Amino acid sequence: MSSIYTLGIDVGSTASKCIILKDGSEIVAKSLIDVGAGTSGPKRAIDAVLENAGMAKEEMAYTLATGYGRNSLMGLADKQMSELSCHAKGAFFLFPDVHTVIDIGGQDVKVMHIENGAMTNFQMNDKCAAGTGRFLDVMARVLEVKVEDLGALGAMSKKRVEISSTCTVFAESEVISQLSQGTDKCDIIAGIHRSVSHRVTGLAHRIGVVPSVVMTGGVAQNTGVVEALQNELGCPIKTSPLTQYNGALGAALFAYQAASRRK
Amino acid sequence: MSINALLDEFKVKAATPKQQLQEYKAQGKKVIGVLPYFAPDELVYAAGMVPMGIWGSNNKTISRAKEYCATFYCTIAQLALEMLLDGTMDQLDGIITPTICDTLRPMSQNYRVAMHDKMAVIFLAHPQNRFEPFGLEFCVDQYNHVKSELEKVAGHEITNDAIQDAIKVFNESRAVRREFVKLANDHCDVITPTKRSAVLKAYWFMEKPAYTAKLKELNEELKKLPVCDWKGTKVVTSGIICDNPNLLAAFEENNIAIAADDVAHESRAFRVDVPFNPDPMMALAEQFAAQDYDVLLYDPESSKNRRGEFVANMVKESGAQGLVLFMQQFCDPEEMEYPYLKKALDDAGIPHIKLGIDQQMRDFGQARTAIQAFADVLSMQ
Repeated sequence: MSSIYTLGIDVGSTASKCIILKDGSEIVAKSLIDVGAGTSGPKRAIDAVLENAGMAKEEMAYTLATGYGRNSLMGLADKQMSELSCHAKGAFFLFPDVHTVIDIGGQDVKVMHIENGAMTNFQMNDKCAAGTGRFLDVMARVLEVKVEDLGALGAMSKKRVEISSTCTVFAESEVISQLSQGTDKCDIIAGIHRSVSHRVTGLAHRIGVVPSVVMTGGVAQNTGVVEALQNELGCPIKTSPLTQYNGALGAALFAYQAASRRK
Repeated sequence: MSINALLDEFKVKAATPKQQLQEYKAQGKKVIGVLPYFAPDELVYAAGMVPMGIWGSNNKTISRAKEYCATFYCTIAQLALEMLLDGTMDQLDGIITPTICDTLRPMSQNYRVAMHDKMAVIFLAHPQNRFEPFGLEFCVDQYNHVKSELEKVAGHEITNDAIQDAIKVFNESRAVRREFVKLANDHCDVITPTKRSAVLKAYWFMEKPAYTAKLKELNEELKKLPVCDWKGTKVVTSGIICDNPNLLAAFEENNIAIAADDVAHESRAFRVDVPFNPDPMMALAEQFAAQDYDVLLYDPESSKNRRGEFVANMVKESGAQGLVLFMQQFCDPEEMEYPYLKKALDDAGIPHIKLGIDQQMRDFGQARTAIQAFADVLSMQ
């Protein structure tokens, strides 16, 4: 019996991610391009994942798109699904005991409640960049550090600094003010991480936080945010090296279900 | 007319308030704008004038109205004023400004300052204690004020007989709209969320007898169809207004039908008929007193969460699986009521989502994601 290969594409606001799954269980290849919806990113990510797998698009039994730009891929994907459903699916695949998924992406924050692998409730942030990856991007730019270095720099903080504003613009002003007063960058960064944590915790408590808690999305790579969230929620948070690919993974899993039904 | 032809007509009417106002004026009619909500439109009709509901716009950006409005006024109120200032609706002969919420109250004065040189601006304060005899008396007094201001615009007296006739016309319209929303549930394959919205929205702009006649025709055509075997999911919608076709299209993309609504712009406007009373002004006040289960109305028994339970029951009785709450940005009453509504829905095991909206929304990506995810949640249940 031949294997079924499925492709999941997550077109986010800031990055495009792809995963090819074999028989709904084995990750054959993945790709990530650092630009997302409305750019060449999705197409380049698809080309890259196929090249990494040494396969052609025609060999994919089913392709499913998710993410903010999912509707732009209708010619390339068989179906599109919301990223909430895909993140829930991916997180359950990686952590079968998951009940709460916190996904912080480029421009939104989502918290999902999972029961037996199915999403039963969710919350999304309002139309506001506070607490999102974009918020961290803005802060990193003001601080003249790389966003991927924020976690390590925040860990070197020695003094507590509060960034009280939840508004990205006002928080940026606060950071500039702190810098002008000579506050250590590491202390400011730790304050920024706590600011993100405050915002996300408020959202998470609206649907209730039930362990085990899994964090997905690009911001889950920031150990400072994960640690701040753990402290505030009072429970451990699991992350995976595949965190940024979690949406694409969920999409590939749904694609496998669809391909199996088609068969 | 065929169902599609009727639906097309309602769609056009719902989208063209300016053109209809121009037509009324060309016919020599006087037209009174009526802001949200609970104003006695019957008095306008009884005066021989045309009432037009002004509920903002999905196609405009707040510009001129900023001169008069605080930034925390909802977009409905601000865009209603924008429509008067930018020439869309400035041919109106007058406007009634109810003061039913904390935005509309000061806003009534903003309208007065901005528009009093151009049209009559008629203040209306409903009583908070609407059930008690003194509340009814206050309401009649207010309605008499509105009546006398309308008489000045019309140039003649509004007789009791004319008001009694108007009450019959409006009660009939309410009954026909109530019948329509039930038929829309039975035939949700034909009456999609965008079409349902357009039919109900057209009411605010059309002359009422003409609207009622058209809607009766549509209802009769719908009754001839077999009840649809809907394979998608159904929800109840709640909020002040949810008439944006782009937002409602997301429902259709995800096979979500609207089973019933708790929307001020829609069913809340025709839940309660005006009772018979030989004194028609008292009859109108009694209708306001009988209004219930509304975020903007005082409930002496609010601790019992009657409204929350009412909405939860609506979901169950209509056959819906969940509720979508359209939360207007800066709508304090809705924001403050939400925890109670959420509790009632949670207690009843009814899933719901809260979508933050305003009338200047142009990007629906996040809302579409939430609606799609909600469809997934409902279908997995």
